[in-house]
Amino acid sequence: MSIITENTITKNVLENGKFPSNDVMLDLNDLKKVYPTPKGDYVVLEHLNLQIRKEEFVTIIGHSGCGKTTMLSMIAGLNPISGGNISVLGKHIKGPGPDRGVIFQSPSLMPWMTSLQNVLLGVNQVFPHATKAQRNDIAKYYLQKVGLEDAFHKKASELSQGMQQRVGIARAFAIKPKVLLLDEPFGMLDSLTRGELQDILIEIWNKEKITAVMITHDVDEAIFLADRVVMMTSGPRAKIGDVLDIDFKRPRTRKSVLEHDDYYKYRKHLIDFLEH
Amino acid sequence: MKASLTLGKVSSFLGLGFFTTLKDLFTGKLEKEDFKNLLRKFIVPLASILLFFLLWHLGAKSLYNIEAEYKIEKALQDQGQAAADALTACIASGESSCQPNTLPSPSQVWDSFQSLLRDHNIISADKAAFVEKTAALNAKRVAAGKDAIVYTGRPSFVDQIFRSLQTVFAGFLLALFIAVPLGIFIGLSPTLKSAFNWFIQIFKPVSPVVWYLLVFMIVKTLLIGSTDDSSFTISFISVGLCSMWATLVNTAMGVSTVDKDYINVAKVLKLGTFQKIFKVVLPSSLPLIFTGLKITLSVAWMVLIAIELLAQSPGLGLFVWEEFQNGANDSNAKIIVAMFVIGIIGFLLDRLMLTIQNWVSFDKQDAI
Repeated sequence: MSIITENTITKNVLENGKFPSNDVMLDLNDLKKVYPTPKGDYVVLEHLNLQIRKEEFVTIIGHSGCGKTTMLSMIAGLNPISGGNISVLGKHIKGPGPDRGVIFQSPSLMPWMTSLQNVLLGVNQVFPHATKAQRNDIAKYYLQKVGLEDAFHKKASELSQGMQQRVGIARAFAIKPKVLLLDEPFGMLDSLTRGELQDILIEIWNKEKITAVMITHDVDEAIFLADRVVMMTSGPRAKIGDVLDIDFKRPRTRKSVLEHDDYYKYRKHLIDFLEH
Repeated sequence: MKASLTLGKVSSFLGLGFFTTLKDLFTGKLEKEDFKNLLRKFIVPLASILLFFLLWHLGAKSLYNIEAEYKIEKALQDQGQAAADALTACIASGESSCQPNTLPSPSQVWDSFQSLLRDHNIISADKAAFVEKTAALNAKRVAAGKDAIVYTGRPSFVDQIFRSLQTVFAGFLLALFIAVPLGIFIGLSPTLKSAFNWFIQIFKPVSPVVWYLLVFMIVKTLLIGSTDDSSFTISFISVGLCSMWATLVNTAMGVSTVDKDYINVAKVLKLGTFQKIFKVVLPSSLPLIFTGLKITLSVAWMVLIAIELLAQSPGLGLFVWEEFQNGANDSNAKIIVAMFVIGIIGFLLDRLMLTIQNWVSFDKQDAI
């Protein structure tokens, strides 16, 4: 607990514990999710409050089935809200939209399209007034950023899982969303590929500074990527259990993070939370 | 597919992989371990084909003997010893008028096949001569605004095959243009699905014969007063209606079971309805649509024979029926020839569809 009190002093926080509203990108206010079942309502989330500031990278950890993915798909607008509200820059969301880009757990590329076409699918939608060449340039730029300059015209079905997820990252960034939502995007990859993709993600993110919310099971991934790690309590009626500020300077390298004195303090804090 | 159609490509298209192995044998590329492969892919099928012809030959021979003995016995009882002896001599001499009429042997079928080809050559020569003879006259008639004179002679066996293929493709296209759009609408909208479901469930199992009669009732009235031969129209519409169900059901299923991830992507990107259908839903259901079309084509080919027979529409079905009614000495053999031709064409059509299906489907694994 000492880490939190140390860090919050330096941050701009109002007296009621909230951030000033012009600082906030994404605001979950008293969010509730109920699934009706034959045996009565099942409350997944209740009284969930979370504010995410502009240009912040937040990771969310919690036990499987606690409702992390439910919360994320509610932010994405793919899952209806049962109570409370979600707002982006002060405006309540209504359904899905390209202001909230999503990187799904499975790459979810259209396998019959090339990687370029997959990225263009979003780009065409978001920049309808740009010329074809401009849209192509945008798509190619982001594919280059994720290291796929040689695979523009490869069918998505011909790419490996890791390469596919790179296209997924390019597709999400290319539509220049206000908020990026990542649902355990590297969960299905082997640890080597996962490390590579974390580096790619954080490199693009350092440039674009898009507010990001990422679900992960991996404590090290949570610390390496995040400005804050949000811990969710186990369901039912899950809510935010604890928040840990990660005060490493950006840009970070894996080596510097691992060698930092605070790293093991953070890690212990998260593991203590998960084991209780 | 490129121009370089190698033996291997052709044989794998036909599902006859053993040709490739056979080529390796002659070019000396065959390894010892390939021998098992050769045995399985070439020798065993060849042996089973030979065994089939042997059994057929023996079976036909014994049926022939049963029929011949019965005939002689009957002649003996009805007309006495002299007539029986005359008949025995007649049968032994191979005289066609007194041959027992039963399952033809493989060699008789082969002879009939060749005679059908000869017949085709005669008819097509005849037709060419007719065209040549009437060319000048027809030019005059057309210039004068009259209809050209066309050849109205008997169609050859090969003509009948092409006529059948025409009917089946017309029926197949009809099925395609009805079933695919309808399937898409049903798959997209649960309301339409519940509106159409009873219709599909009830009409799917209806037999080709009944479809033919239904189409006959309607087309007959619609074309009332017309002197044109409506048998082709009736038969292709019947074929289409009989065979479209597989495509309808498969398309609806493909469209309604698009991967939820793809739909989520479409939602997040806020694709419009039109784009959602053409960029996401249709491409992802193409494999199932093609599975449906493949079944439709093979069903169409199967019911075609029965429908041509009923509709008296020229084609293989009518050929089989006419030969059966004809009762000539080689009629049975010609029916068997038609059976093989029908089977082989059906097989080729199925392969054609499978190739197209593999070509359009995005997961390049073997299709069902």
